[in-house]
Amino acid sequence: MDTAKAPVGDVPAPAATSRRAPRVLRVREHTVEIVSDSGEGAQKCGQIFGAVSAKMGNGVWTVEIIPAEIQPPARTPPGGSGNRVRIGVGPVTNGGDEANLVVAFNEQVLLGRHRLHAIADDAVILLDDVWSRHDDAEVRRQWEAGLLELGSKAYRIVPVPLEEESQKLVENPRKGKNMFALGVLCWIYGRDLDRAREQIAHQFRGKKDATAQNVALLDAGHAWADAHLDLRVDVPATPTDAAMVVTNGNEAIGMGAMAAGMSLCAMYPITPATSVSHYLGEAFDRAGGLLHQAEDEIAAAGVAIGASYAGRTAFTITSGPGLALKTEFLGLAVMTETPLVLVDVQRGGPSTGLPTKVEQSDLLAAMFGQPGDAPKVVLAPATIEECFHVMVTARRIAESFRVPVLVLSDANLATGVQPWPRPTPDAAWQAEPPELTAVAEGTKPYDWDGRLGLSRRVAPGTPGGMHTVTGLSHDERSKVAYDAETHARGCTMRSRKLAVLQQTLVPPTVVGPASGDLLVVGWGSTKGAIEEAADRARAEGLSVATLHLRFLSPLEPGLTEVFRRYRRVMTVEINYSDAPDDPFVTEENRRRGQLSMLLRSATLVDVDCWTLVRGEPLRPGQVLAAMRRRAQTGGGA
Amino acid sequence: MSGDGCSLLGCGVEDEDRPHDMSEYAGAAARWCPGCGDHAVLTSVQRLLAEERLAPESTVFVSGIGCSSRFPHYLRTYGFHGLHGRALPVATGVKLERPDFDVFVVMGDGDCCSIGAGHWLHATRYNMDLTVLLLDNAIYGLTKDQTSPTTPQGFATKTQPKGSWLPPLNPLTTALGVTNASFVAQTAEWVPAHLYETLKAAYHHDGFSFVRILQRCPVWTPTIFQKAVKDSTSVEVLVHDEGVPAADLGRAFPNRIVHDPRDLHAARRLAEDTSRIRLGLLYRDPSAPRYEETRALPKHTAEERMRVLEAELDRYAV
Repeated sequence: MDTAKAPVGDVPAPAATSRRAPRVLRVREHTVEIVSDSGEGAQKCGQIFGAVSAKMGNGVWTVEIIPAEIQPPARTPPGGSGNRVRIGVGPVTNGGDEANLVVAFNEQVLLGRHRLHAIADDAVILLDDVWSRHDDAEVRRQWEAGLLELGSKAYRIVPVPLEEESQKLVENPRKGKNMFALGVLCWIYGRDLDRAREQIAHQFRGKKDATAQNVALLDAGHAWADAHLDLRVDVPATPTDAAMVVTNGNEAIGMGAMAAGMSLCAMYPITPATSVSHYLGEAFDRAGGLLHQAEDEIAAAGVAIGASYAGRTAFTITSGPGLALKTEFLGLAVMTETPLVLVDVQRGGPSTGLPTKVEQSDLLAAMFGQPGDAPKVVLAPATIEECFHVMVTARRIAESFRVPVLVLSDANLATGVQPWPRPTPDAAWQAEPPELTAVAEGTKPYDWDGRLGLSRRVAPGTPGGMHTVTGLSHDERSKVAYDAETHARGCTMRSRKLAVLQQTLVPPTVVGPASGDLLVVGWGSTKGAIEEAADRARAEGLSVATLHLRFLSPLEPGLTEVFRRYRRVMTVEINYSDAPDDPFVTEENRRRGQLSMLLRSATLVDVDCWTLVRGEPLRPGQVLAAMRRRAQTGGGA
Repeated sequence: MSGDGCSLLGCGVEDEDRPHDMSEYAGAAARWCPGCGDHAVLTSVQRLLAEERLAPESTVFVSGIGCSSRFPHYLRTYGFHGLHGRALPVATGVKLERPDFDVFVVMGDGDCCSIGAGHWLHATRYNMDLTVLLLDNAIYGLTKDQTSPTTPQGFATKTQPKGSWLPPLNPLTTALGVTNASFVAQTAEWVPAHLYETLKAAYHHDGFSFVRILQRCPVWTPTIFQKAVKDSTSVEVLVHDEGVPAADLGRAFPNRIVHDPRDLHAARRLAEDTSRIRLGLLYRDPSAPRYEETRALPKHTAEERMRVLEAELDRYAV
């Protein structure tokens, strides 16, 4: 596999007989990318490779590489589609920095990744070189120009005849190359072929012919690699007795909703939230739940609120633009104290923004989107496992506190695939229908405990409890009232519930030194990258600790005291902030990361921020660089 | 709406224990202006509830925002006074969660035909078993005199002082144009006998029963139906064995036309012709599929749900 000295793109495949025994590179972790034109199935290849690796006992994290268009033009750098799969000896919590090995179906999609600095300088690249022999001179010219550009790095480019070899087995190689590539990867990483065959059978369940053909391609790829390649990578697996499941974050949310006993989900299709409904579309039927695809985002919120009002807590799922449309209904749920769970799988914004990409820009909209004072609970799962459990927590809080609970996931969690400990659902998590025992006529539907702001819900179906809930200002009997005292009291009672909830929370855990130079605070899907970066920073001798928040409204208790133990506090977020040295930006007018704004106002500590809005998951290396600057110099962007 | 009088919750309640007097369905005193058509509708609805002896605890009135949307407050049932234009999604949620409840929806013309028009079309297509009342006074009254989609062309308001620019939206042709529409009727607040019979027919229809109720706003549109109110011969009453009974109307409404409510094309033709006011049942199709029936799922116990969840986790197990 020593191709570095050979003229790029013109490497004759070594004959099987002349091959040395494969060199085995033994590493603790490795990051693989598979990229193709859209429709060539690199994503399916990556998903199966990730699932097989997880099943063999490796830690795995996968990140989808998604073009924004449905049918982007073939052979274009932005049109690449595929998967990044990071595998490790132990648990892997994020997509990592740069790919160590890439399988590229053409040089143009490879260039797309190259230009995003997604590939390590010393990466091995398996590239289909069929394009160098293409009939069209323009394609050959593109190939040469592309290879010249790639020559700026010390990549080791190995030609792989994906298309020509696949053509021997299938009529249309565009539909077969991915499984041939999977066979090659399975050989390189020593993946169990039987597991790969099983996984293919699972992916193509119900399609016998497709399964047989794809297994044949897998085997052919494996045999080809065995005959022609001489580098293998060994990431030792640590098989565990602990039962694990492998899912993405959206599947975990769907399962979590079922574990929470929720049986009605109202939604309108929107990326990247929709795949929750794809999951529930099948699973909910079996569980006796109902997935209602409403006519629009507003109706989806209305249906969920109507159902929650009439019985068990329902939920709705959406992404940024949908959250905007549901704003008025969220205010109504606050005002009528109707339990509701709303999942916002965040994407890039504002407006239609970056539908398929990662961002954490909805935090302030989730908290403050409603006109008027509308206190509600905002939670953010930090891992795929937490996507499951957060649904149980959200439903409980929604009912106990008669309040809407917003769950902020994001595209990174939604599409990331990871093995995580199989949960042991508790029957006590299942929501029972509301208590409908008769009450005395005239029972107050908002019989607020003056200290706690809490009141017993009187759901329709309760004999004697008849009343009309209203979004208008109302008294304890739910009678419309515009007087000053009543309105002020209602606002106080609805707000008090959050203070009470906050008092029940445990203070957050600090990872790293209990005091020191720098505390990095994060929320949501960035936990893995932040903590990995902090590990590396501490290994370099820096005094860096991290703290990750799950409760954003109300904020977890004790933050001010924790913050004061560090010389500097900084949030790391995937949303926009002005860099301090940007033109016209001053300490006073600087627009900061969303969590940092909240923390500054809540703690009066000068919380700094470092944020990116590149539509990508944070790379630990980027976070580490920011930590070094802050911990060492104590300032600057 | 099924009138079997035996909801899941109500089954334990002996019929004799059910309220049967209109006053037992009265909530707070209505605060509409004297002479407002809403009063007549409220009275008819209270009479319907009493005649049908509906259990107040399993009857839900959902409304939007506007004068007419105060309706639920004036009833002794459960009520949801929600957002402007969004009564139908809320009612959909209530009915999906509790198909055994009797659910009524009360909307004004701004609510239903303007800000909530999208929901109206789709709710018609879902054809859930809801009794839906459009209280159409052709004006935004609560906010004091703005043009609504049903305001007659040329009628001056504060937002269109030179008169409404456009011909009004026709709620009947709109409703009849939607796929899976199953019940469309028109009545008027000043013909209480017909109003009551229409509400009763709507309640007994299994599906989305849409009733447009013509009414006057005594403050902003007192004159719009002046001719029809003064001269009942200008009104045409639809009659048929399958339609809304009109015998009680006696000689006051001599103008009658036989219309078979099973004939959709005839219904559309009648609705299209706005040269005269027509009262009656335009269309009814009890066989139209209902969403809550199509989507009905067996109720799972917590144990059954747990079993399914474990099976799901098995599918993803390593």
